Amino acid sequence: MTPHADTPTTGGTGAPPTVTLAIWRGDAGGGAFRDYTVRAIEGEVVLDVVHRIQAELAGDLAVRWNCKAGKCGSCSAEVNGKPRLMCMTRMSTLDTTAPITISPMRAFPVMRDLVTDVSYNFAVARRIPPFAPGPPTGDGTYRMAQFDVDRAQEFHKCIECFLCQNVCHVIRDHEENKPRYAGPRFFVRVASLEMHPLDTLDRRQLLRTELGLGLCNITKCCTEVCPEHIHITDNAIIPLKERVVDAAYDPVAWLGRKILRRARPTPAAEAAASSPAQQHNEVIVTDPPAVSGD
Amino acid sequence: MTAVGQTTRAPEPVPLRIGGVRAGPGRTVVLRRDRWWMQPAATAAGLLAFVAYSTWAAFRNGNYYAGGVGRDYLSPFYSPCLTHNCHGYVWGPITGSWWEVSPALLILIFPLGFRLTCYYYRKAYYRSFWLAPPTCGIADAGSTNPGGPRARYTGETRFPLVLQNLHRYFFYVAVLFAGILTWDAIAAFRFADGVGVAVGTLVLTVNAVLIWAYTLGCHACRHLCGGNQRALSQAPVRRWFWRNVSGRLNPHHQLFAWLSLFWIGFTDFYIWLVATGTVHDPRIF
Repeated sequence: MTPHADTPTTGGTGAPPTVTLAIWRGDAGGGAFRDYTVRAIEGEVVLDVVHRIQAELAGDLAVRWNCKAGKCGSCSAEVNGKPRLMCMTRMSTLDTTAPITISPMRAFPVMRDLVTDVSYNFAVARRIPPFAPGPPTGDGTYRMAQFDVDRAQEFHKCIECFLCQNVCHVIRDHEENKPRYAGPRFFVRVASLEMHPLDTLDRRQLLRTELGLGLCNITKCCTEVCPEHIHITDNAIIPLKERVVDAAYDPVAWLGRKILRRARPTPAAEAAASSPAQQHNEVIVTDPPAVSGD
Repeated sequence: MTAVGQTTRAPEPVPLRIGGVRAGPGRTVVLRRDRWWMQPAATAAGLLAFVAYSTWAAFRNGNYYAGGVGRDYLSPFYSPCLTHNCHGYVWGPITGSWWEVSPALLILIFPLGFRLTCYYYRKAYYRSFWLAPPTCGIADAGSTNPGGPRARYTGETRFPLVLQNLHRYFFYVAVLFAGILTWDAIAAFRFADGVGVAVGTLVLTVNAVLIWAYTLGCHACRHLCGGNQRALSQAPVRRWFWRNVSGRLNPHHQLFAWLSLFWIGFTDFYIWLVATGTVHDPRIF
């Protein structure tokens, strides 16, 4: 039988098949890839093999995980250089004839081994003005048409694995953009609010200025890596870009608003001027941005 | 019962930390083991091939109207008919024989602007030519040269790339051009002995269909149809348009972008072959 690329290496006639993972080991002080060879078991995902390495060869290997079902968003890493969830990457889809590299997410500072500090995302999340419904109807309830609910439902599938944030070159390759860029995950969040039929805030100027929507050059990597298959670019980022054009770049739209005297939703910056969420985050530079291998 | 307003308090800000050490090898080390360079290379090759052909076609300034061989075919590169070279066409020309500059140089500005600012083509050339990034997980070209001119990334926030925001204006003009190309397709059914169909008729008809599919699937069109509405359920007509553009055309925008690009070049080439007498355009009925 012709050896298949997906077939684990046997290491010799009759020997049980094995697989080698090159896992990045280290912390802020430095690190390197280290090879671990363990037996291969059919039907496994990458996280299974990492766990076996942790159990048999490297008890001190740090890896963040939780559900093993692609729903908690904890085990984000880069498998052969591609941002992926380790629990959703089947070993049978990888070429095991050479060591499979497993490295932590590159956009965030490493804490230890495969664990990174993703607190940047939580700081950004707090800059987005939350859901602000108008007054309820006369009977004290809110009503939404199913069509409007369905439209934004896709955005609520996000599991906050931050793979889209990690792959976005605006912050992955340009650390200096972090204070003025929200990233794909939070554009999805804003889209879910801006398309909410009951919300009353206008976050478009905020998108253009503090959240840095114009930095996105729509190369769709966020969409490619999303494990929930959210159409981040087509359904969230581009519609938001077009809304920002309405608010800031389209002279005809501006003239139309003036002539028709259309009431605009309350700009987020005005509605919540006294809100802590609208204040600039304090920016702390922990270290000069560096890559351990540079 | 808790009121909704009570559940949506604004959160307190927390410090945003930047910096820190990244794991893994240096930026220039590529860990991807698939043929990641294939897609940007193929895209660049396809776009360069079209640029090369369209440059030749635009400067050709002749044999773009097949009236001399009994066919009312006008090349989409030279439509609408502006100069005496397409004299005899169902409409035009609007200038006299004194006009010497190739009209394609004037006409192509508009479709070129539409495609240059198109969200799909932006992705394509940012990846293939800007290398920003060439593909996912590979460092963008600016970041690998810290002292270089592109070390600081500003995206589409500054001139000239901030002009990408004018895409909708090119869309308006593109709708006009799609209408003109539709008229050209209809004119292609006209023969000296009445209405008929030849191979060129089909070529021009397919061209018009593909141009419409690409133009109406545009993200700016999707927005203007109803994407700008917070509650589409309250605007049934716009909802119908938005659903159809979003569901039928926009998901295939990339496909239509390439098909229409290829076909418009092929249409011009076919009409050139017919106009020069290289190919006898077979009549179907």
